[in-house]
Amino acid sequence: MLDLDGGAESLLNDEDRAGLLRHMLLMRAVEERGLSLYKQGRIPGSFYDGRGQEAISVGATWAMAAADPVCSPLIRDLGAHLVRGTSVADIFRHYMGRENPLSRGREGNVHFGDRRRGVVGMVSMLPDMMVVAVGLAMAFSMRGEARCALTFFGDGATSRGDWHEAMNWAGLGRLPVVLVFENNQLAYSTPTERQYAVDPAARAAAYGIEAVSVDGNDVDAVFAAAHDARRRALAGGGPTLIEALTMRMHGHGAHDDASYVPAEMVAEWARRDPIERYEAALEMRGIDAGAIRGEVAAAVAAAVTEALATPMADPREALQGVFCEGEPTGLLDGDAPWSGFLPALAPMV
Amino acid sequence: MATRTYLEAISEALREEMRLDERVFVMGEDVGEFGGAFKVTDGLIEEFGPGRVRDTPIAEAGIVGTAVGAAIAGLRPVCEMQFADFVACGFDQLVNVAGKMHYRLGLAVPLTVRLPTGGGFSGGPFHSQSPEAWFMHAPGIKVVAPSTPADAKGLLVAAIRDANPVVYLEHKNLYRRVKGEVAEEQFETPLRARVAREGRDLVVVAYGAMVHTALEATEDLEGASVEVLDLRSLVPLDEEAILASVEKTSRVLVLDEANATCAAGAQVAALIADRGFEYLDAPVRRVATPDVPIPFSPPLEQAVLPGVGRVREACLELLGY
Repeated sequence: MLDLDGGAESLLNDEDRAGLLRHMLLMRAVEERGLSLYKQGRIPGSFYDGRGQEAISVGATWAMAAADPVCSPLIRDLGAHLVRGTSVADIFRHYMGRENPLSRGREGNVHFGDRRRGVVGMVSMLPDMMVVAVGLAMAFSMRGEARCALTFFGDGATSRGDWHEAMNWAGLGRLPVVLVFENNQLAYSTPTERQYAVDPAARAAAYGIEAVSVDGNDVDAVFAAAHDARRRALAGGGPTLIEALTMRMHGHGAHDDASYVPAEMVAEWARRDPIERYEAALEMRGIDAGAIRGEVAAAVAAAVTEALATPMADPREALQGVFCEGEPTGLLDGDAPWSGFLPALAPMV
Repeated sequence: MATRTYLEAISEALREEMRLDERVFVMGEDVGEFGGAFKVTDGLIEEFGPGRVRDTPIAEAGIVGTAVGAAIAGLRPVCEMQFADFVACGFDQLVNVAGKMHYRLGLAVPLTVRLPTGGGFSGGPFHSQSPEAWFMHAPGIKVVAPSTPADAKGLLVAAIRDANPVVYLEHKNLYRRVKGEVAEEQFETPLRARVAREGRDLVVVAYGAMVHTALEATEDLEGASVEVLDLRSLVPLDEEAILASVEKTSRVLVLDEANATCAAGAQVAALIADRGFEYLDAPVRRVATPDVPIPFSPPLEQAVLPGVGRVREACLELLGY
């Protein structure tokens, strides 16, 4: 069980906690339903989920203000889209290749974003979008705006050159970017001991970047670290790398049985499930987790029904939209549900 | 009008666009205090300061990737690759991130990447390439290649104002060699071909520095009337202008400085085979750099880059067909 009397205590009220739980449950429910739709052949292509990692994208995104873009949620980070307010029905439409405003059928699985909510979709080459997030932070810094960018990367991505370029660039410019290192211990089948000799969190110092490690299965801890990192970024203190240690509980994708992962390791991490722990902690505070579960299940069922009633994407979409005609359509603000952003509580930055 | 070198025209386009639009900024290796390896950005930092004339780490993926971020945040970045060859290090950010973003996400990326391109001065295999075809094959990226100072200015203005990623090929061998009249006010050159010289008997289709090679090679071709079509834009490719020249002349030489296979000229030849076959009185001929890295030693380099002699010979052969 989590200890809720820690550092996050002063930042989160019970409404926030209920919201954090709701979004973690929503991520899990959407992905569980997605997996079954994939197995039924309703979702073409591939399907990826982030079971066991819900606390990371939900907790980190919860700490971001409306104008702080997320660039980008990765394949374990559906929770970031949900916190920003992207429609669950549209997400299912997108998964199933049906008409939808997110990708218009041109993209699949977790490869989507919602520019209207300041969420930039990922690409498969990791960690490319970390460099783009650093560019967003550079633009905020150039314009003197009190905003920061949030980015996610995994353990495998830290081996690529783009990781170094992003880290060096962010550290050099002391740019307002929150770098969430989602260490789920596996890059497809490759464990971290075959990925690198030096822990990426330890490497941060070499770039002049602050690093902090948290329990990635503790949503309050992830939130608190992201909140601190954002505050540092806005105060001109530069980027922060947050290592969130967790474990990928499913295969790389729905096609992968992950037989290469030791069963005892999965069993051990199952006992640390971020949702079950949080539910137990919230029940102790008198929050009705069961009711939240029920609401989430109903919302997902309704979204799937809506999505299934939507026609498949129009084949004419395939040939359109390669270029932007007319004025560029930029990033807008997303939802920022944390109580600290409510006008009445404005002093908390 | 004022007389400008090709390089001065590029600098002027940048300076004027930065004066007119505060969202425009330049970034690249050594572009600030040093003024750029070729001095294209010389003096900009004095007027606009280091915030808008940004020296970057030597990191091409970082340059292109952060520029994508700045572009989607509402700015208008103009990136300089020190040499076109180095864009290979930023290829993924350009092709997979920038080029596909509008199609995938509906998010426009108004980004210009300047590529000092081409050979002819013993730059060797890493400072002489003409990589335009890499980007013609990548959906979502426009590709332009001016041959004159006026187009150098007008196409750069058009690139900066475009809502999409634009790769702008500036030929190093034209920087100080070519002078011309350039309007002092800002103007956009349309992304369409230009007839560099009218003719009736043969058309040479070229772009960039090869336009000048074509003009020189066909200036006095045993009395033949030779048209030279300057493509100016490779994506979009002005198909109608190409077909109009073919219909008029019935003989075509397609000229590329790039390596021959899958070059811009190969696309032009394919277009003519598909839609211009009935107009032809002779096979479509191509002159391009053979599929070798650009060698260093002058006799070797001259042996591979298309020169006036090879172009002239190919034209005469076509005229005699």
